[in-house]
Amino acid sequence: MTETGVRSKEWEKSFEEIYEGAVDESNPPLALFQKAYDGAIIATSYAEILLSQAIRRYGPDHPVGYPDTGYYLPVIMNLSGEKVTKLGELVPILNRMRNQIKEELNFYNARLCGESTAYAAEIIEALRYLKGEKLHVDPWTGFLGDPVVRRYGILLVDWTIPGQAVIVGKAKSTEALAKIVSDLQNKGFMIFMAYEVVDQAIEAGLKLGIDFITFTLGNFTQVIHAVNYALRAGLAFGGIAPGLREEQRDYQRRRVRAFVLHFGERDEVQVAAHFAAIFLGFPVLVAEELPADEQIPNWYISHPDYDTLVQVALEVRGIKLKILDIPVPFAVAPAFEGEAIRKKDMYLEFGGGRTPSFELVKMVGENEIEDGKVEVIGPDVDQIEPGSAISGGIYVKIYGRKMQEDFEGVLERRIHDFVNYGEGLWHTGQRNTCWYRVSNDCVAKGFRFRHYGDLLIAKFKDDFPAIVDRVQVTIYTDPKLVEEKLEEAREVYARRDARLAGLTDESVEVFYSCTLCQSFAPNHVCVVTPERLGLCGAVSWLDGKASNEIDPTGPNQPIKKEGVIDEGKGIWTSVNEFVYNNTNRNIEECSMYSFIDRPMTSCGCFECIMAIVPEANGVMITTREHGGMTPCGMNFSTLAGTVGGGIQTPGFMGHGRAFILSKKFIKADGGLARLVWMPKELKDWLGDDLRKSAEAQGLGADFVDKIADETVGTSTEEILPFLEEKGHPALTMEPLM
Amino acid sequence: MAEKKKDRNRTIDPAALEVLAKTEGSGIESCYDRYLNMQPQCQYGNTGICCTICIQGPCRITKKASKGICGATSYTIVARNLIRHVLGGTAAHSDHGLHTTLVLKEIAEGHEGDYSITDSDKLKRVAQRMDIPTEGRTDREILKDLVDLALQEFSRIDGTYSKWIEKTVVPQRVEKFLDCNIMPYSIHRTVSESMAQTHMGMDADPVNLVFQALKAALCDYMGMHIATDLSDILFGTPTPVVTEANMGVLEENMVNIALHGHNPVLSEMVVKAARAMTDEAKAAGAEGIKCMGICCTGNEVLMRQGVPPLTNFLSQELAIMTGAVDAMVVDVQCIMPGIQATAECFHTKIITTMTNAKIPGSYYIDFDEAHAFEKAQEIVRVAIAAFKERDKSRVKIPKIKNKVVAGFSLEVLTDLLSSINPDEPIKVVTDAVDSGELAGVALFAGCNNLKVMHDESHFVIATELAKNNVLLVSTGCAAGTFAKLGLLNSDAVEKYAGDGLKAFLNRLNEANKDKMQEKMPLIFHMGSCVDNTRCYDFTNALAKQWNVDVPKVPFVASAPEAMSEKAVSIGSWCVTLGIPVHVGVVPPIPGSPLVDGIALQIAHDVYGGYFMWEEDPHEAAKKLLAALNERTWKLRVHRMAQQKYETETISTTW
Repeated sequence: MTETGVRSKEWEKSFEEIYEGAVDESNPPLALFQKAYDGAIIATSYAEILLSQAIRRYGPDHPVGYPDTGYYLPVIMNLSGEKVTKLGELVPILNRMRNQIKEELNFYNARLCGESTAYAAEIIEALRYLKGEKLHVDPWTGFLGDPVVRRYGILLVDWTIPGQAVIVGKAKSTEALAKIVSDLQNKGFMIFMAYEVVDQAIEAGLKLGIDFITFTLGNFTQVIHAVNYALRAGLAFGGIAPGLREEQRDYQRRRVRAFVLHFGERDEVQVAAHFAAIFLGFPVLVAEELPADEQIPNWYISHPDYDTLVQVALEVRGIKLKILDIPVPFAVAPAFEGEAIRKKDMYLEFGGGRTPSFELVKMVGENEIEDGKVEVIGPDVDQIEPGSAISGGIYVKIYGRKMQEDFEGVLERRIHDFVNYGEGLWHTGQRNTCWYRVSNDCVAKGFRFRHYGDLLIAKFKDDFPAIVDRVQVTIYTDPKLVEEKLEEAREVYARRDARLAGLTDESVEVFYSCTLCQSFAPNHVCVVTPERLGLCGAVSWLDGKASNEIDPTGPNQPIKKEGVIDEGKGIWTSVNEFVYNNTNRNIEECSMYSFIDRPMTSCGCFECIMAIVPEANGVMITTREHGGMTPCGMNFSTLAGTVGGGIQTPGFMGHGRAFILSKKFIKADGGLARLVWMPKELKDWLGDDLRKSAEAQGLGADFVDKIADETVGTSTEEILPFLEEKGHPALTMEPLM
Repeated sequence: MAEKKKDRNRTIDPAALEVLAKTEGSGIESCYDRYLNMQPQCQYGNTGICCTICIQGPCRITKKASKGICGATSYTIVARNLIRHVLGGTAAHSDHGLHTTLVLKEIAEGHEGDYSITDSDKLKRVAQRMDIPTEGRTDREILKDLVDLALQEFSRIDGTYSKWIEKTVVPQRVEKFLDCNIMPYSIHRTVSESMAQTHMGMDADPVNLVFQALKAALCDYMGMHIATDLSDILFGTPTPVVTEANMGVLEENMVNIALHGHNPVLSEMVVKAARAMTDEAKAAGAEGIKCMGICCTGNEVLMRQGVPPLTNFLSQELAIMTGAVDAMVVDVQCIMPGIQATAECFHTKIITTMTNAKIPGSYYIDFDEAHAFEKAQEIVRVAIAAFKERDKSRVKIPKIKNKVVAGFSLEVLTDLLSSINPDEPIKVVTDAVDSGELAGVALFAGCNNLKVMHDESHFVIATELAKNNVLLVSTGCAAGTFAKLGLLNSDAVEKYAGDGLKAFLNRLNEANKDKMQEKMPLIFHMGSCVDNTRCYDFTNALAKQWNVDVPKVPFVASAPEAMSEKAVSIGSWCVTLGIPVHVGVVPPIPGSPLVDGIALQIAHDVYGGYFMWEEDPHEAAKKLLAALNERTWKLRVHRMAQQKYETETISTTW
């Protein structure tokens, strides 16, 4: 948590000072600088030829941009603030970049060559996207849209992803490359790849693509998509104004713990691109023998030994890993969280509505538990036919001196993440709707049911050391016993639900802050209440409480509910004070129950964004998963660009999916009755719970059918007749504004 | 290497070695002697950093003077010189193409004279490819449209881009050329704008200059493709021929006419005249007249008439030194002025024929298409007269010749493949590559160059690749080497081919028993240097068969002994069109690491093709194999990805 990847001394310096003393002025690496200069000339001249020709062919007013982003051409928007939308606007920008390439060979100029090359690459790539949005087939990604950037926000900010490895070139063998990439995946790194390392990774059968946080970008200038991904973090989470070049670089250097690994031969453009990385504060390691006049200590490093390459990269970048050795025969890392196991690749499954299943975390007394014990009751994997659907249940007993019954649910929901981290294990749902799958590959590697227990014991103890002292896991696969234990579990679930139902904002004395994202979004604070979970969807009030128990000085601080200013809008003096003091004094007041009046800010990891639809006197919601247009005239990415980074934008707000079901959902603005449009997928996901909420708020169960979705339309003109026909209540409510 | 450079025997051709040995110390000079006299050659010129574009120069880049007087840096100087080399090649090939077009223009306009349409089917095929209607039209009507279009390819100023490129390459390439602004309107406009661009005080941007060089190179492709297409219409599309090659084809008792140069417009007519004039030869005491070829006009008449190749570029003077050549009839390109001095030591008549290629002292006959046969007869008569002057005591013909099976136009190759797979003939090749039987396809093209051992690089690289199961095609003086040294026949298959290549060729033999009397040669001779377009059409067909862009096709080109500006332009369009190109003589580029970096590496990122400089033939073979392996590997991996990720199409990355 406190790791920043930056030596503290440098923290105090102005950005350019971090390069001081790196180059021996009496013997500078001129050959390297020459390559960077040549590469920058080639890159910018090539970009000019393409740009001039594109303007000849399509005209200066022709639109230019990447699909699915609210950050225009992110490299340019971030570093110089220009929001480029037309081809003609690129001309002065490119000329500025051409102009800063200087003949004099020194480290400073080489970095500027790097910057110019980054701009050139961004322009070249943006011009490629004139041909259409989908230029690549899987697993090649090309440009990564904002939803991908946001999807991994949480894992980045809590350092679950300890850093970013940009891997380029071609390694000496597929096997050698696979070893390095697997190592980085197992360590949890976010990986960007370009050139033949992508082909080698495919050949090695590595797990690649967006779901595995291993972005196989493409070739040549496609490597810029690693840079525009990183630079969007500064805009989306950092709240740093576009164009504040030094601040943005500083943000990259401090928050984005990236490094470049280069394999095989280098060309001039690649060397210039390496200097783009150095310009942003990222070191470059070349896995080849380089002459002395092509090296810069700590910045441009020759390290031909593959076996120690990753280790050296981490040391140079100042990344220290918490190594957790879990005795299971498969890898455990966030890279495998998104891995899907299709039927044909599946060895066995349980749950998912097909067979009985459950998962339960139960607090027990000191004497009711044998720490570290894992038991499998019923047939084990090797006694089960491949392709089977079995009955299964996972029963976790936990004892801890500081454990509370309230934390059972908090811990239980982590089973989802922990199991999914296992390579070849898949999990979805929860409680008695959970669904587990194990892949053929995983079984071939030696998976047995006890490994669920080993995995959960290790992860619970590691992640919750303050509240978890002892863990025991029993896996039931005997159908009779599963049924039996399922009954017990149902009783626990019912008891918890009753407790949760009574847990309201009014019934508690404290709320919890969440400043987890301040590692990336320093100006944002989430205030988490029993009826309003964090906007990322990952932190509930109980989570906050548990986390505070684990780390009393951590990101989840109790905020005493004191000094009511406006009960209806949910404004308290104590909350305002906390927010003010923890947003670098940027946000003075914030209301918990309004999205119009001083709404809560967003880091950037929000699951949903709501936006006012004045014509319908209501609100619409879109999600990260929904890429399409919406009635407010913006898609998710464009909307996200306006609400992230810790700023208040009245009428727009990021929030978690489950918040829609809360009684406090924009209560001050009229509540659920205001909701006029949402993606169908979200409606389905909320399902019956949404109907129940509507009924509870007196809107009737059929209210859900009055909410438009994309099948009705994606513009106000399209949805208004529908709302009128259905008699949507928002139309007759008092004006929102 | 230093040791070798003192030795004038810089060839592995046994016939050439024999002549060199016999003329040692005779005072009769050839390029082998002049090369030694020229050492050491200027290293500034050699690496491309000597600028003579304006007469403030020459400027050369040194440590002390890092820029020319005008401020041009090494990258500007090298890139500018490069364009001018390419332009030389483009102009040469295109002039050849224009010459052929003008002959056909006469026919289209009804002035047939001594020329006529020989291959009406080819006319229709080409017309259809170029979107010219053929249904219900006479050959002459079709030809008129085709000639008009071809003339526009030379002369268009703007509005429409080259049709010959558009219609002969995959659409992805055209889009790439448009994006990069290197799609030419026409040959003449491009040549002229490029000369302007490289004038003193014009373009200094190395990328802009290199791209212009590529545009000019694409014009070279246009000119050559027109030349091939129209020559086939005029003289027939080549079909398999069997003959012999090397100096052993000279006859002691016949009038020996060496046809040297490039354009079949002259040589075809001389062959025709010679065949009709046996009686005159006999009257002069000869048993008859024998025509034989040198360089690419030799390849032209080999491909269509079965005329035996006498020798290739570098040994053109040595052929005269046998004392048995009565006339060397030359048209254009690659004619060493030195032949006249050599000929003056013997009875041999050098007959120059073209207004743009004369040599003082030579016998000049102003060739005129309107009276082509008459002029050809005049030429043959000069040869017969010379025969009478021949000093028999000085005739020393090396008894060295090898069997040649040639005449493989792409039409013939496709037809042979269709005996195995009538529906998708090209699939026979792609399947063989996919299965690993073949490692890919390699084109051998280019010249001879004394900077390396004559014929050695061609021979070593080709046999190495054959051993590694690469399907080989060849043109130009590379094919000349292979003809002379016995690689264009089936014995060479037994001797040099790897098991995969053998199996592949045997399958072709089996399937074509009825069509071909001869077994397949180790290397398929596809024609003269303008016929490199036949080889590109082959690559393009492979790309279509695999449904990929050319940079994914396991096809490489090698010019092991590149010499002329034409080789520079051919190499450049091969790279632009997506092919890795090996050059066995380092061209004047490394003086600018920036331009060198573009040629060797960055070209691959932009166009898919790239250059490899390698003078050691064994190393070169390794690099070519590695380039093929890289492509077959990627193709396999991308197919794997397509299956695994269930994508509709294969990745377009290369």
